[in-house]
Amino acid sequence: MNPSETPHLTVLKTHKLYIGGQFPRSESGRSYALHKPGAKRAYAQLCLGSRKDLRAAVDAALAAQAAWAARSAYNRGQILYRMAEIIEGRGESWQSLLRAGLGLTAAQATRSVAATVDALVYFAGATDKYPQISGAVNPVAGPHHNFSTPEALGVVGLIFADDPDPATIAARLAAVIAAGNTVVALLPGRAGGLVAEFGEAFATSDLPGGVINLISGDTQELATHFAAHMEIQGLAYFGTDAALSAELERLGADNMKRQPRPKGPLLALERVLDFVEYKTVWHPIGY
Amino acid sequence: MTEYLATTHASKPAPAAGFVLDYAPSIESHKIVQIPARHELFIGGKWTPPTAGRYFASVNPATDEVLSQIADADAADVDAAVRAARSAYERRWSKLSGRERGRYLFRIARLIQERSRELAVLESIDNGKPIRESRDVDLPLVAAHFFYYAGWADKLDYAVPGRKVAPLGVAGQVIPWNFPLLMAAWKIAPALACGNTVVLKPAEQTPLTALKLMEIFEEAGLPPGVVNLVTGAGAAGAALVSHPLVSKVAFTGSTEVGKTIARSLAGTGKRLTLELGGKSAHIVFEDAAIDQAVEGVVNGIYFNQGHVCCAGSRLLLEESVSALFLDKLQARMRQLRVGNPLDKNTDIGAINSKPELEKIRRLIELGKSEGAHYFEPENTRLPDKGNFLRPCYFSDVAASHTVSRVEVFGPVLAISTFRTPAEAVAKANDTPYGLAAGIWSEKGSKIHKVAAGLRAGVIWANTYNQFDPSSPFGGYGESGFGREGGRHGLLAYLEVQA
Repeated sequence: MNPSETPHLTVLKTHKLYIGGQFPRSESGRSYALHKPGAKRAYAQLCLGSRKDLRAAVDAALAAQAAWAARSAYNRGQILYRMAEIIEGRGESWQSLLRAGLGLTAAQATRSVAATVDALVYFAGATDKYPQISGAVNPVAGPHHNFSTPEALGVVGLIFADDPDPATIAARLAAVIAAGNTVVALLPGRAGGLVAEFGEAFATSDLPGGVINLISGDTQELATHFAAHMEIQGLAYFGTDAALSAELERLGADNMKRQPRPKGPLLALERVLDFVEYKTVWHPIGY
Repeated sequence: MTEYLATTHASKPAPAAGFVLDYAPSIESHKIVQIPARHELFIGGKWTPPTAGRYFASVNPATDEVLSQIADADAADVDAAVRAARSAYERRWSKLSGRERGRYLFRIARLIQERSRELAVLESIDNGKPIRESRDVDLPLVAAHFFYYAGWADKLDYAVPGRKVAPLGVAGQVIPWNFPLLMAAWKIAPALACGNTVVLKPAEQTPLTALKLMEIFEEAGLPPGVVNLVTGAGAAGAALVSHPLVSKVAFTGSTEVGKTIARSLAGTGKRLTLELGGKSAHIVFEDAAIDQAVEGVVNGIYFNQGHVCCAGSRLLLEESVSALFLDKLQARMRQLRVGNPLDKNTDIGAINSKPELEKIRRLIELGKSEGAHYFEPENTRLPDKGNFLRPCYFSDVAASHTVSRVEVFGPVLAISTFRTPAEAVAKANDTPYGLAAGIWSEKGSKIHKVAAGLRAGVIWANTYNQFDPSSPFGGYGESGFGREGGRHGLLAYLEVQA
């Protein structure tokens, strides 16, 4: 047979996790199928992340956190903007995923990519603003210089809903890292289909490995492990299971996890402030 | 003259070699204070006996004398108090303008200033802290706190840039025994300024000044039910925080109880702020002004008998100055006077309760058995009765020793050494707590670098244990969350509207 007559077999994309800047498969070897709504044939096989994957992701996030927080606000903003640039540049790849894998219409996919880019740009411009809005020089009644500044909390866990909305996910990830936190995020169910596309964009955005870690998997299996992990300092659950939400708050009390129940507008400086600590420094004034 | 008035005598250091001038006792008059034999609950503006008719004793820790019988609130009393607060919130307090709320708070601040001597004496009698501290630290800060938040009440539009804010409803507040009136002020003032009403539960060991504060509220004409007070132990506190009409819970106390409260509130949607324990590190570099640092370290750990959540209970000394520093520290500790809280010369008063004294003694024994080097000023005399303890320290402590990990909440300092700033920061951060830290160095750039690396909510550089109503206070990690004081202190009592 003439080689030119060979039918082209599409190279299927392998979807893996994004941990520590690498793309490992789940150590569990498990996977689950992502179907476009109504489609019989799977669009892709996604890694079904395990508790051990979560722990590896927390290790990576912890290792990256101090250096990420120590970067200048300007530099963190530059990198967030670079993330927006890369996603804009990968627009076709994103749109193909959103249409063929997740069932969005062409118009929806276009809007979704634009909103994702907007979210990253918003928080790129936030890194050197929120400290000015939320910090203070406090007029204490004595000869002391006293100032309060917001600081990163540390490692933050985000447990998203099954809804694969890339703009919301990007906004929440960006808000948390804008403040110098690092993130371990669970993108469950169909949202897991976004892990590879996000990971590939982030990995080529000058974002240091470990600042954002993405796991696809099952909320019921992994959420309580997020809440019980002693190195996760902040946690938000965006699903709708009230019983699970209460259980996470209960488990998180073991290390006094901040669980701020973020609400209100997505593109807002409060979303950065959901995961900061305020530090107040005193120093005497005198000769 | 009743017995609690002057039975303990200020201890004086035994004569050392050479010519030593001693202080004569200078006892603050107690006559300004009248303590009723019995105290009821303050609910809906009325002094109300507890439904079950039970009372418990409040004791003077310096003399073991019973000061008063205090109503022991049960769940029914707490329910009545919360309903009174909810009713006052709906009918009255949330409808007042910020300017009017502020007026009440300003009046309260002034009345506290006017009655500050009485309140300071009462605080020292009930709590055991030296009158020098209750008079010069607690009471001025109490009045200042009301004054500060009074001014916020009509300026809440500026509290959160670009957002409207609203009060939350009834705040259930549970406070500890170490700064009884100051903690009441920290809790009540911002809550009222923001338009919330309050049910306060003071610690069962030290309810007297909070009860007196209710009299001041009456005198200020604060509408009935805006602040209610229930006295009792843990059960009353548990009933308060779990009450369904309580929208916001604020607790200051131990990390253990704070975690229990956080668990019990899971899934309720109630707002929660917690000021919990600490094991704060005090770092002294070789380039510090050593004499000032010694003074700061003594203030950091022996202030208020060490019953301070942010006490500098771990001292980290740069190795090159540790021997010199310990010499000076010992000399300074020999000058500390332990005794009658009402003596104006007393540096260290009474440990707040017998159980607390026993707990601290157990931890000291544990420290000795674990092998650290123990020091106490052997010349410090203690009164014959009451709960007194010599200030002490352990040097050469290992990070694994109990005294460097557990919050002792007493006059016990754990000392170790370090060689580099990075090592100092790593050791300081080696704790699940994160309330405060101290840095002593004459080099500004070093202070800022170290301060940035410390995981703690309050950093005192070349000073320690400074407080101010405009300065946010609160911890990282297991020291709790939320801030008290400053603009940030408002956020705990406001709903931010999108």
